[in-house]
Amino acid sequence: MTDYEVVIGLELHAQLATRTKLFCGCSTAFGAPPNSQTCPVCLGMPGVLPMLNRAAFDHVVRTALALHCRIDPETAMDRKNYYYPDLPKNYQISQNARPIGVDGWFDMESGGSIKRVRILNVHLEEDAGKLIHPEDTGAATSRVDLNRAGTPLVEIVTGPDLRSVEEAKAYMESMRQFLVALGVSDCKMQEGSLRFEASISLRPFGQEKLGPRVEIKNVNSVRFVLGALECEIRRQTELLNRGESVPQQTVLYDVRHDETRPMRSKEHAEDYRYFPEPDLVPLHLSPERLEAIRATIPELPLARKQRFMQCLGLSSYDAGILVEDPAIAGYFEACAALHADAKAVSNLITNEVLRELKERRLTIDAFPVRPEGLADLLRRMDAGEVSKTVARDVLTEMVATGRGAGPIIEAKGLRQIGDEAVLRALVLQAMQQNPKAVSEVRAGKSKARGALVGPVMRATQGKADPGLINRLIQELLNRPSSGE
Amino acid sequence: METHSLSAVELAECIRKRSVSALEAVESVLKRIEQLDAQVRAFVTVDADGARAQARALDEKRARGEALGLLGGVPVAVKDNICTRGLPTTCSSKILQNFVPPFDATVVERLRAAGAVILGKTNLDEFAMGSSTENSGLFVTRNPWALDRAPGGSSGGSAAAVSARMASLALGSDTGGSIRQPASFCGIVGVKPTYGRVSRYGLVAFASSLDQIGPLARDVPDAALLLRVLCGHDPQDSTSADRAVPDFLRDLDGPIRGLRLGLPREFFGEGLSREVEDAVRQAIETLRSAGAETLEISLAHSEYAVATYYLVATAEASSNLARYDGVHYGYRSAEAGDLYRLYAATRREGFGAEVKRRIMLGTYALSSGYYDAYYLKASRVRTLIRRDFEKAFQEVDVVVCPTAPTPPFKLGEKVDNPLEMYLSDIYTISLNLAGLPGLSLPCGFSSEGLPLGMQMLGRAWDESTLLRVAQAYQRRTDFHRREPKVSLL
Ligand SMILES: [Zn+2]
Repeated sequence: MTDYEVVIGLELHAQLATRTKLFCGCSTAFGAPPNSQTCPVCLGMPGVLPMLNRAAFDHVVRTALALHCRIDPETAMDRKNYYYPDLPKNYQISQNARPIGVDGWFDMESGGSIKRVRILNVHLEEDAGKLIHPEDTGAATSRVDLNRAGTPLVEIVTGPDLRSVEEAKAYMESMRQFLVALGVSDCKMQEGSLRFEASISLRPFGQEKLGPRVEIKNVNSVRFVLGALECEIRRQTELLNRGESVPQQTVLYDVRHDETRPMRSKEHAEDYRYFPEPDLVPLHLSPERLEAIRATIPELPLARKQRFMQCLGLSSYDAGILVEDPAIAGYFEACAALHADAKAVSNLITNEVLRELKERRLTIDAFPVRPEGLADLLRRMDAGEVSKTVARDVLTEMVATGRGAGPIIEAKGLRQIGDEAVLRALVLQAMQQNPKAVSEVRAGKSKARGALVGPVMRATQGKADPGLINRLIQELLNRPSSGE
Repeated sequence: METHSLSAVELAECIRKRSVSALEAVESVLKRIEQLDAQVRAFVTVDADGARAQARALDEKRARGEALGLLGGVPVAVKDNICTRGLPTTCSSKILQNFVPPFDATVVERLRAAGAVILGKTNLDEFAMGSSTENSGLFVTRNPWALDRAPGGSSGGSAAAVSARMASLALGSDTGGSIRQPASFCGIVGVKPTYGRVSRYGLVAFASSLDQIGPLARDVPDAALLLRVLCGHDPQDSTSADRAVPDFLRDLDGPIRGLRLGLPREFFGEGLSREVEDAVRQAIETLRSAGAETLEISLAHSEYAVATYYLVATAEASSNLARYDGVHYGYRSAEAGDLYRLYAATRREGFGAEVKRRIMLGTYALSSGYYDAYYLKASRVRTLIRRDFEKAFQEVDVVVCPTAPTPPFKLGEKVDNPLEMYLSDIYTISLNLAGLPGLSLPCGFSSEGLPLGMQMLGRAWDESTLLRVAQAYQRRTDFHRREPKVSLL
């Protein structure tokens, strides 16, 4: 079997984070009863006209800027004409001739290094509605839900720059983080607010010319995109190995059979008859406005991650976890500003805070332990007031009750026992009760040490300072065996 | 009381002074409609009960001492491609025959706010595509001056209703001459405002970059009054201009001495009927005697206007009319089957021949491989046509020319020859392509007693000057005072 170089391009559609639709005042909230969020404009009634939602436009400008695109100071909307029942006007208002941004790039991490992906085009368009088929409802006919019709979308098209399924996966995940951090989309895949389409071709390694492009439609989750890409690589490799050529075509991914099949020609219109949307005047973008939008771009995930690693000494893994959600990263930074040991902060958040959030299905904004409270707990850990194990229980109690670490430690008597005299007696007792462990430790079997620490911990209900216990064991072992 | 012979300005004044009630005014035109409309057939829908209710409400308001607005109690007819809440809006098409909008067009809201009584909806060429109202998918409207003649189009129903005194005023829409040409054919005044002057929200789109709503009226002051009410910025229409609206009525009576009138030589050439040319030249003499100066100008690219228009307008129409597919509202074919068959059958059965012809033309002009040669090229010629006007208006204040090349033609005369029909808009189309304001007003009668019209074209946003010149003309003539004697065929 010959190997070929895989060439993948991705097209992303993300729902923009606006309260209202792109051309009318209807709500964009997810999950309302069918057709309850509609009006004459998004129903495409005769006589209605669109009015552009400036917030959606600004989101796309922000996205294009953050992707280092060239921004056209005068852009315009176009009509894309095709017939489908989920598209009430039978045309989609989109951008073709003058997209908001072109020729940008996006840096992402893949396989431990930074990969630059070209961004060909960033533009604004409206979403279609949703068809509800009889198979799903048991009804006699298909129905149309137009709640989503007219929802603002940003479309981002990459160059054919991704070279493996892994890179495609990294791109999709990095893009999601990027758009969320930028604040332009919440990117909830399950609500359809982030969708991908892929195109893929294969070519012999070393060949410059691209192979025939196969477009993959109908893939509505990252998992399906990846599955479809794997399928296509297998299918195209087989064709090429048999000496056949791959026809340029559009394929659908059949999830159930994990295979791709060519679309019948009627299933996709080929001529969209784009022309300038006469109902919307061209959009001017003054340099002042452009700069004002640029000023709203926050630090983006990759840069933030690199800063966490370089300035705060976090591992790539931990930094990656923190920047996945900009709110978590923000929480971390707020805590790190109050507590100097950033690694300790990171450890507590990535291990314990994230676990609490997950168990309680909370977002970090609703997390009852604010950065001051967490820093206070960290300080008490540093001071030896509580052990790591106890700190975990204290945190759980803080989340559950909303009380501070101090009162909880006091009330429950969780303060770490650091009294040397008390612990020395307990260690001595443990050594006397387990001479076998003592001789094993003496013989260099450090594992046996646990058999000595355990009883001390049990006797103190975990409150003993583990460091101190170890030191005492060592001291007592080193002592001339007076008692024997 | 027979108030239908009063002009809108007079009627509003009488109602304000309480010599006439709004209800009396409505009853008078309803009676007129009852007498005449069986022959003229201007109305698609007469909302008699609704009009009476509106009038009663206005009379009560007046009794409480409240002001009624500029059009208080004046009965107005609305072209049936302008949405009226709760009242069918058919576009004279089978495909929208049962469509009742849940909202008012912005102009209808403005009419209501000004105290106008919405009388009903008037016939048009289906989706405003035509020049004789013979393309109506419902029925043919006749010219009140001669029932065997076309009233012009596409706002033929509105023009006939005003001409026959079945409404004080009417709204039309003008994409390539659809207000001015029927005004000319029916012997009344019609104004096509500057593109962006009047909101298009609620006007069922034919060609979005050309469509504009405007008044049809018996004389210039009535047109000025209605125009004043219609104009103004609308936040629901991105192409609507945020500009101050002059008091057109107050500005009417200024002098025209020294104003320069341009006569485009391209509009006085081949194809223009002798009778029309004589009447327009006579009218120009009248304006000269009032102190205006005249000079010949050139609108060099106007010979391409018809071709350009039929690419731009049809391209936009092919997209604008895509929504009538039987899925969401309006007519749906009973011919069941798959989705494609539903679309095809609904549109085949629902649209008339001219609409289909234009949808196909426009689809072709936008198709891949033809876009550059047709749509794009037409857009460029459009720019040249606009520049012609810009150049002309550096030399002159108003352009004067015929509205239509012929007097009203016979019904059926051109209906089988679309190209000849298209040429009846030859003098009106350029204005829409340039987005400028224009008006048509009566300037004489043919030997057969049919009305003839002249056209005045103005600078962008300068409807005031057009109206002033037109008023200067009407003060010196009485063509606008003549009423058609509608007789049984
Ligand atoms: Zn809506």
